[in-house]
Amino acid sequence: MLLEIEDVSLLYGRIQALHGISLTVDEGEIVALIGANGAGKTTTMRAISGIRPIASGRIRFAGEDISRLRADLRVRRGLCQAPEGRGIFPGMTVLENLEMGAYTRRDRAEVAKDLARVMELFPRLAERRKQPGGTLSGGEQQMLAVGRALMSRPKLLLLDEPSMGLAPMLIQQIFSIITEINAQGTTILLVEQNAQQALARAHRAYVLETGRIVKSGTGADLLHDPAVKEAYLGVA
Amino acid sequence: MSGITQGIRTFRQAAGERWRTAPRAVRWSVLAAVIIFFYALPNKEFYQYLGPIPTTESNFGQVLFTISIYVLLAVGLNVVVGFAGLLDLGYFGFFAVGAYTVAVLTSPSSDIKTLWPWLAVVPIAIALTAISGVALGTPTLRLRGDYLAIVTLGFAEMIRIAATSSSFLKGQRGFNQIPHPPGEYADGRPIFGVLDARPYYWLVLTLILLVVFGVRNLTRSRVGRAWVSIREDEDAAQLMGVPTFTFKLWAFAIGAAIGGLAGALFAGKQNFVNSQSFELLNSIIILAAVILGGSGNIVGAIVGGGLVAYLIERFRGIEVLGVELYEFRFLAFGVILIIMMIFRPQGLIPNRRRAAELKDRRKEVTVGG
Repeated sequence: MLLEIEDVSLLYGRIQALHGISLTVDEGEIVALIGANGAGKTTTMRAISGIRPIASGRIRFAGEDISRLRADLRVRRGLCQAPEGRGIFPGMTVLENLEMGAYTRRDRAEVAKDLARVMELFPRLAERRKQPGGTLSGGEQQMLAVGRALMSRPKLLLLDEPSMGLAPMLIQQIFSIITEINAQGTTILLVEQNAQQALARAHRAYVLETGRIVKSGTGADLLHDPAVKEAYLGVA
Repeated sequence: MSGITQGIRTFRQAAGERWRTAPRAVRWSVLAAVIIFFYALPNKEFYQYLGPIPTTESNFGQVLFTISIYVLLAVGLNVVVGFAGLLDLGYFGFFAVGAYTVAVLTSPSSDIKTLWPWLAVVPIAIALTAISGVALGTPTLRLRGDYLAIVTLGFAEMIRIAATSSSFLKGQRGFNQIPHPPGEYADGRPIFGVLDARPYYWLVLTLILLVVFGVRNLTRSRVGRAWVSIREDEDAAQLMGVPTFTFKLWAFAIGAAIGGLAGALFAGKQNFVNSQSFELLNSIIILAAVILGGSGNIVGAIVGGGLVAYLIERFRGIEVLGVELYEFRFLAFGVILIIMMIFRPQGLIPNRRRAAELKDRRKEVTVGG
């Protein structure tokens, strides 16, 4: 297992956001985490990336217990998150944003290679390389966040709502890029409200409700599960 | 009105563009000319041709020294506020630590009577302020925004109150006979005396150049990148593998060290240090200078610090309708700051990134963030 989460709880002050969550991600998989607003999806991501400390439980990454490890050191272990929404650096240019993604790396030649690859995946970013990140449209910022995370060459890529606020055509595009990144060898844990797309692309998925995992299975199984259909896919 | 502002804007953009695209040789010679100008400035043979610019009511060399200290402080605070984005309301506290370190270790009125020479104490003062920066930063830099501002404000007040009430720090009576920097002219007169303030100004000016050179190189390194990322989005910085706490602490320590250097220079010039030299207002003035000049831009900080200190001195001794203008300096200052915040929040000479960040933040507000 690349990532194992065991019985993790997390508190925001006195409010418990996660009630003992367990999930696993195997090497080479795309795993989706779906759920409604406030179910704890983003919180789970923050617990994994280390932005919020967990109250109890264990997180293991590539066999190592990283439950108490600082967030920046988790990045060096090969775990990188593309934050949701506007988590890019608004004052830096697109190129500088992407270079920040490679902050932990010293192998310049390989970084240059990855930069070329990201530019190829997202031609829009190549067009706007000199533009400040804050001036990009929502969709472009989303691509920048994903591209920037890829620049760290992660073993496990955490994607928080990559399709949020995007036009339907762009959603298609970003999901095919996710599939492509995965095919090139990066394991992906994906948080999504767009359950339809996420389940169709993921190997396995977990359903999160008010801080608890209520269901899990292969993407295809959940896609045809009547309860999931009713709650998250908008069909009875 | 809008035509005028538009005109100014196009002129400024054109000027900026021209500066950026000018050949290296041109930029270096302009820079050299500016530096020579400031070295020549305190000489009467030079400044008498500058019309109303020199202050008439007070010794111009002395005024220039005060201004140069403010500039040095603005450059130091800019590292903390401008680069790392940490709101520090108590920066003058570090200035006080630097000045008191020199006073305690050199003055004959000090209890410990070490009576060390000024020059030997300067590195100690710098190191001690850097350490006090780390000591203050370690517990507080985990806080963000407003909380940090309050804690730093408290720190500066603590230093001031300690200076006022502790018998070791001599309160209002203060320390006297603090030695001047070393050096003699050929005829045996000391270079750094009591009457002529110019050598002190030249000394500070030289140190400003060195500090600016160092800071500028730092901002262009990985350290500078890390600071920018922390300022723009601390969570995202951490997600990119930046050890945010460490870098914030570095910014704090470097800023503090520069403040301590300024304090040591001040003590060496003034020859006397007491608790009244460190009012809270000074911290606010330095912060205002950095914001006025353009937070995050070294040239902006220099211009801001210089302008604020100069204007305060320039008003001295000028009467309009029987009212001494100097008395109203802070009123005028407040009005200018409010106007700036409305029309030009990024400062007179903004940092390119900083301007984009402000725009972005505004967009976020209007979108409904």
